[in-house]
Amino acid sequence: MEALERRAALTGIGQSEVGRRLGRDPLELTLDACLAAIRDAGLTTRDIDGLATYPGAFGGNPGFTGAGVTDVHDALRLELDWYSGGIERPGQLGAVIDACAAVACGFATHVLCFRSVWEGTAQGKGGRKGIGLDGGGSGGGGRGFRASGAPMEYTLPFRAYSAANWIAMVAQRHFHEFGTTREQLAWIALNARRHAAGNPKAIYREPMTLDDYLGARLISTPFCLYDCDVPCDGATAMIVSRAEVARDLRRPPLRVEAVGSALRGRPSWDQFDDLTTMALRDAAAMLWERTDLQPADVDVAELYDGFSFIALAWLEALGFCGRGEGGPFIEGGARIDLDGEIPLNTNGGQLSGGRLHGYGFLHEACLQLWGEGGDRQVPGDPRVAVAAAGGGPLGGCLLLTRD
Amino acid sequence: MAEAPEKSFRVLPRVTAANEHFWRGGAEGVLRFLRCGDCGTWVHPPSPICPSCHGKGLTPEAVSGLGTVATWTLNHQPWVPASDHPYAIAIVELDEQSGLRLMTNVVGCAAEAVHIGMRVRVVFEEHDDVWIPLFEPVEA
Repeated sequence: MEALERRAALTGIGQSEVGRRLGRDPLELTLDACLAAIRDAGLTTRDIDGLATYPGAFGGNPGFTGAGVTDVHDALRLELDWYSGGIERPGQLGAVIDACAAVACGFATHVLCFRSVWEGTAQGKGGRKGIGLDGGGSGGGGRGFRASGAPMEYTLPFRAYSAANWIAMVAQRHFHEFGTTREQLAWIALNARRHAAGNPKAIYREPMTLDDYLGARLISTPFCLYDCDVPCDGATAMIVSRAEVARDLRRPPLRVEAVGSALRGRPSWDQFDDLTTMALRDAAAMLWERTDLQPADVDVAELYDGFSFIALAWLEALGFCGRGEGGPFIEGGARIDLDGEIPLNTNGGQLSGGRLHGYGFLHEACLQLWGEGGDRQVPGDPRVAVAAAGGGPLGGCLLLTRD
Repeated sequence: MAEAPEKSFRVLPRVTAANEHFWRGGAEGVLRFLRCGDCGTWVHPPSPICPSCHGKGLTPEAVSGLGTVATWTLNHQPWVPASDHPYAIAIVELDEQSGLRLMTNVVGCAAEAVHIGMRVRVVFEEHDDVWIPLFEPVEA
């Protein structure tokens, strides 16, 4: 089988201002990121003939989406041959995977992909919102709101108001089966924090110790506050181009070596066959089915950490360690440091960098492969990176290479 | 079966013809799931067809109400004001079929006592027109 995603390449990236509560128009943030990505690729808006985003114009929690396809299409007066926005896809990066398919099929030549959030401003100072409780949640929210349809109907009546609860139960099962501990899991958060120090845009950059972590208030066991990512405002964009034209652009193209979009188990937060992992197991398996490269060939890994445990699960699923071995693998943090076996979440991830919801990982993977990581650059001229996003029933990943 | 003692605020489900058997079975003290009349597969959440044989002869049937905690978490975060933090959220697997499970709460014991492998039985908490299926430890 020929992996046709190799006809696609990443050719430019852009990111808006990122902050805890910027109070700015989310569409303006989105357009800042989009225009930055177009410029970065050496293109103009006239070159963009494809547009893709996650989740598009969608209700969700307050600030969950800053702009849809139509908003950006019209604001930039794009002339599109192909566009796609929506939430029913293999995780946040599913929109980018679709863009790869679109250029491989010749539907478009340069697809602008974006994701914008303004959860920091939208959710205000009242703390992170549960789902369906405040008038802005799925289904309308508010007292008197009745949950309908999976998953809400079968989670909210049981006072499980957040993915924090749902993912915590997967982590708990992992702890039970494999002996994983909070002291081990902590290293996802501690690693993110030390790397955030090298990212001027990161939300939390001050040092954090294991004692700080263990002393933090609990959210949903085994998760404490530092196992949960930090809502923020910001937008991220990238250009997916047809590989044969990518060579003539400003930057060395980053070829899409393989993608993973599989979900072979039940699409559910609580009905997946293996309660120690999630949909990402299948997405990761598919990625390696489509390439001759091996986990040992990967120079840098940017893996979704909406909750710390998700990054650990991606590490296992992608084969950087064995199933159930994630705890001992990350303990102490040496293997996942910038000069470790597999440098992880080099920009601070979402735990310390801010919840840019998946696209921050792909942005950082590109930055690292272009050698522009600055104080957080992985040494040794990295040439292969994996970017992955999603937990629960969401999961999608891309393997990128620089020739 | 006894009603769980303290009632906290809950987001209630919208009851439909498709899910009424699940959310109102507690009125008769039983937990019901759809079961395929052709191949016997239990189905949750409800579906118009059997995922195993694609038969359409699904009808609600009561389970024993006995099961095992497959995993759990203690919720400490006050998503809504409540006096009983932390409380236990769990996924319980019913005795009737491997993989027949639901998210629920474990009540009737200290939250800290909840553990994987704990044997539990269903109890119902009545709210308006629905009966929320919760689980309490089976006495040893």
